[in-house]
Amino acid sequence: MLVLVGTAFLAVAQPAGDPQRGEALYSRCIACHSIERDRTGPRHEGLLGRRIGSVPGFDYSPALRRAGSAGRVWDEVTLDRFLESPLRMFPGTRMTYAGVKDAQERADLISYLKQAGATP
Amino acid sequence: MTEVMQPSFRLFSGRRSFLTLSATAIAMLAGNEALAAGETRAAATSDADILNTALGAELEAIAAYQVGAESGLLQKPVLDLAVQFQGHHKAHADLLAKTVKALGGKPVEAKKATDYRFPVERLKNQADVLRFAAGLEKGAVSAYLGAVPLFANRDLSKAAASILGDEAMHWAVLRQALGENPVPDAFVS
Repeated sequence: MLVLVGTAFLAVAQPAGDPQRGEALYSRCIACHSIERDRTGPRHEGLLGRRIGSVPGFDYSPALRRAGSAGRVWDEVTLDRFLESPLRMFPGTRMTYAGVKDAQERADLISYLKQAGATP
Repeated sequence: MTEVMQPSFRLFSGRRSFLTLSATAIAMLAGNEALAAGETRAAATSDADILNTALGAELEAIAAYQVGAESGLLQKPVLDLAVQFQGHHKAHADLLAKTVKALGGKPVEAKKATDYRFPVERLKNQADVLRFAAGLEKGAVSAYLGAVPLFANRDLSKAAASILGDEAMHWAVLRQALGENPVPDAFVS
């Protein structure tokens, strides 16, 4: 039983992220996002720990506003799920992007967002 | 030039360039809902949302090239290139907006130029402007790559892929103008 539980835990653990690789991967995001300003998508400054759908003045989809009203926040787990498939996690999101399917790439991106997006 | 499906129709989108779309896609542009039969309301809404996200990014690109062209930092022939690429983005935006309307949606509108808050303080010379533009074009390639698989209507996937190809050409040309390898990898992501 302990072996099975341990195996299950290993199966869902996220790989460690590399922020340098993540910065290169962030080039995929810059059609719509930036760290410091709102564009087609909201800014990523202060993303980790931020309540979903909460950047003041940004026109979020109802789907993300609802998630925020329910108290959900962006952390490593929610970001990992969202980046894998935005439309599956929040149907109706305006981030109409198929997702980052590679777990290592997601970990790298999240690692970069944690570092670059830390609120000054 | 993209050959999609027969019968097809050439949509004139510039002085020398054409976008060939399938009859279904053209019918949607013309507001002919009958030819969109078979597409569920939910799928149509989702396709309009995807197109609107792309439209928002295209409108920003148009504004960014305007800033670049008016900056005084670009010399010919780079200036001519920027104006040409802006023209392509205007053609993309026009097609996307018409298709959103044909699908029953409301196209997003361009913001006021100042509301885009481009980082103009970081643009000191021609290379800075080119690098900024190249970054946006590369981002557009990735964004369309992420959008193409999502469309319920595969004709829209093809149209989006056609636009992706144009953005990739912009990116390569801008990299070349910067003295960088214009095609650094075998695949884009």
